[in-house]
Amino acid sequence: MPEQTPPLEPARLEFENVTVAYNGRAALSDVTFQVPHGARVAVVGPNGAGKSTLFKTMVGLLPLRAGRVLIHCQPLGHHADCVAYVPQREEVDWRFPVTVADVVMMGRYGRRRWLKRVDAHDHEIVARSLEQMGITPLARRPISELSGGQQQRVFLARALAQEPHILLMDEPFTGVDAATQDATLALLDQLQTREVTIMISTHDLNLAAARFELVVLLNRRLLAYGPAKEIFTPQVLAEAFGSQALVLPEGTVVVDHCCPPADY
Amino acid sequence: MLNWLLAPLAYGFMQRGLLAALLVGVLCAVIGCYVVLRGMAFLGDALAHAILPGVALAYLFGGNLLAGAFIAAVVVAIGIGFISRRSMLKEDTAIGILFAAALALGVALISSIRSYATDLSHILFGDVLGVSVNDLWLTAGLGLLILATIVILYKPFLVISFDPVLAATLRLPAEPLRFLMLTLLALTVVVSLQTVGVGLVAAMLVTPAATAYLVTRRLVTMMLVSALIGAFSSVTGLYLSFYINVASGAVMVLVATFVFLLVFLLAPGRGWVWQHLAARRQAGQPAAH
Repeated sequence: MPEQTPPLEPARLEFENVTVAYNGRAALSDVTFQVPHGARVAVVGPNGAGKSTLFKTMVGLLPLRAGRVLIHCQPLGHHADCVAYVPQREEVDWRFPVTVADVVMMGRYGRRRWLKRVDAHDHEIVARSLEQMGITPLARRPISELSGGQQQRVFLARALAQEPHILLMDEPFTGVDAATQDATLALLDQLQTREVTIMISTHDLNLAAARFELVVLLNRRLLAYGPAKEIFTPQVLAEAFGSQALVLPEGTVVVDHCCPPADY
Repeated sequence: MLNWLLAPLAYGFMQRGLLAALLVGVLCAVIGCYVVLRGMAFLGDALAHAILPGVALAYLFGGNLLAGAFIAAVVVAIGIGFISRRSMLKEDTAIGILFAAALALGVALISSIRSYATDLSHILFGDVLGVSVNDLWLTAGLGLLILATIVILYKPFLVISFDPVLAATLRLPAEPLRFLMLTLLALTVVVSLQTVGVGLVAAMLVTPAATAYLVTRRLVTMMLVSALIGAFSSVTGLYLSFYINVASGAVMVLVATFVFLLVFLLAPGRGWVWQHLAARRQAGQPAAH
């Protein structure tokens, strides 16, 4: 339930009564929860539950109607460079004339230094990020020539180059091959050792339960927040997914995700 | 051949015209890359027509024509942004309304001037041979300013064009940058007024950049190739117009279009003919077995 007891570590990411409207209709109302430093959080919910809205609000793309988001105890906008966002693949113009290395280098344009020249340190970080995602051989390729999995890795490498404190990923496991999914999960493990807070949105409840310590269940408002084994109860899932959820007699819940397009 | 090239340069108006055409060709081609990549072709055309009432008013009141043109372009650009943001209308609808309105106002104003016909045709289709030394200096100054801004702001312009979400994440001042880009576009259109006129400047913005897009894979190279095509089209167009005695702005645009068609059809590996042949070769292979 929304009033879940917060984890004990010092909270570094706090949502206080967050309300966001999109095209005049409330996409999220009164969402309150706290994410401890370095936690790994899966955001789940049906289509249109406000998962992308939550992320876009955090990077300042959508204005808050009410409430506030605190990062390191300070409201949005005070921390210029600590959030990296990996967009859904459909949101990127793949025909734009840039190479893989160009895209990853864009991750270095922040830090109030976009007027300065790119230096050796930046090149080093870009090279390291490319290598970490296993796409060094693709560095000079235009992004229009990449496969879906490779596209995903380019944006992961860019997020790495941003050296974020908080990493947001919108549906990183939708429509990618097994190798990319493994590479993504391995990256999450690695980032966790560096105390990067990670939030991903996903349709895959099994993956959320298996690989993420905390789960946010959204449907326009916060339905539940906590470890998966505590909050994935038939009642809560039925409430979240409505007719998309089928609760079998022995307590198993089947959630139908046949059509996961536009999620606002 | 050499004589063919040098003979027109004996005339001062041709020297100035060539320089002006060259400057404008390069300028339009470079900023045109953003126009093509950000889908602003219609907006560019609208800005070009929007300067008409500004020019007319400046003319009527004896003010500076370029300043009048620039103010009108900026007013219309702001108006488009305002209408599309404050209503449910899409941007291209807002552009359509203001663009036609500005054109109508411009024609109405100019038709009240006595030497209406020639003046209007100069504004609509350019008068590159009427470029004065002062015009040339102004064109060169503004052109350098625009190009320098594009070079200095290459990185943030790239980010806001390719990935507005990243721009927000990096906390780039996206709105001011977008407005600055629009201002540069408006300035470019104003500077082009004398060479190709408001009717054809859209072509000089879009065609060389689109051609370059077909054969390049990075924004920098796209800009360089586009600049080359823009310069070639302008200069060739001016020479052709000198020898066959046709309106120069129109010939420049036709040359640029010819280059586009050539590249579209014949570009190695990516051109239409090339792909057509490759498809036929593939289709033919199973039959050979």
